[in-house]
Amino acid sequence: MPCSQLYSTSPEHDTPGYETHVHVVPLWVLAAVFVTLLAMTYITVAATWFNLGNWNLYIALGIATFKAALVLLYFMHLRYDNPFNAIVLITALLFVVLFLSLTLLDTFQYQGDIQSWEETRGSIQAK
Amino acid sequence: MTDEHHTIAESSHAGEHEPFLAHHFDTHAQQLNAGKLGMWIFLLTEILLFSGLFLIYTVYRSHHPEIFVWAHQFLDKTLGGVNTVVLIASSFTMAWAVRCAQKNQRRGSIVLLVLTWFCACGFLGIKYVEYKHKWQDGLLWASRFKPNEHEIEAIQKHYPDPGHVASDVENAPRNAGIFFSIYFAMTGLHGLHVLAGMIAIGWVLRRSIRGDFNSQYFGPVDFVGLYWHLVDLIWIYLFPLLYLIH
Repeated sequence: MPCSQLYSTSPEHDTPGYETHVHVVPLWVLAAVFVTLLAMTYITVAATWFNLGNWNLYIALGIATFKAALVLLYFMHLRYDNPFNAIVLITALLFVVLFLSLTLLDTFQYQGDIQSWEETRGSIQAK
Repeated sequence: MTDEHHTIAESSHAGEHEPFLAHHFDTHAQQLNAGKLGMWIFLLTEILLFSGLFLIYTVYRSHHPEIFVWAHQFLDKTLGGVNTVVLIASSFTMAWAVRCAQKNQRRGSIVLLVLTWFCACGFLGIKYVEYKHKWQDGLLWASRFKPNEHEIEAIQKHYPDPGHVASDVENAPRNAGIFFSIYFAMTGLHGLHVLAGMIAIGWVLRRSIRGDFNSQYFGPVDFVGLYWHLVDLIWIYLFPLLYLIH
């Protein structure tokens, strides 16, 4: 239930600044998020006790993202805010994704060259 | 401190003294929304700032995973885990403090801001302990990475199974010190942000004690809270990426 806070005026109060009808997050919601974050942290650590190959990394990042979503939505209020704030966040994440993916493409492209140069230098053994 | 002080004579709304409502805003709600948007844009720049370091991590780990698997053994998972819990708790107390400010509960917001501040101190204290240990045991960045005997013994005791890649301490992968370059850069920058957050919390705490905030005007508490949650968010990613590499 996003509650748009733009110019929230109420007609019976036209004295300046009177009518800030802000959504206050219920305390039980904050507490529930806190407990969930702790539980997820424990699960993240517990997952490292099992060897699941590459999945260890994906699980760790997945849980971290879930924790981040909880912090963003409830502690940082995005669930109740003007949706534009969420758009600002998503824009940031979009550019980070672009940044990482394009650079990775680039670096993978040239690994072969680096490898052969290192081999001729003798600093690593040829495979 | 009273940068938003405004005397009624200059406003188009006569008859009521509104401290902390800047003249270019009609209502507190408008001021809050504008300030919040401004803080989110700043947080966007902070995310992009840290993304540079996350990029280094991603590229380097993609191409040299053996360095990360080998070198992360020198980090103390327990201390990292405690720090994670401390920061999550500090986010909870911070969110609660904002809630108190919104509800005119001045004493509550003061107590919770103080608790948040002490959690931050705890975080930096643990980081100090970790850094000190690394300095003493030669676990430093790039070519300064020279684990000393004491550290090697501790690791071999911790990983007695000779088949475990980590126990082969004496045969470090080439450029293993790069892991610590990345570790110190990321946790160092994050630590600086924690410190800056402590200053901001201290400032908002002072204003709370002074009684500046009420249910109409609580923006600064809210915005410092947003910054603080971002600091927590970054650590939520740093912890598994640095400490929990399998």
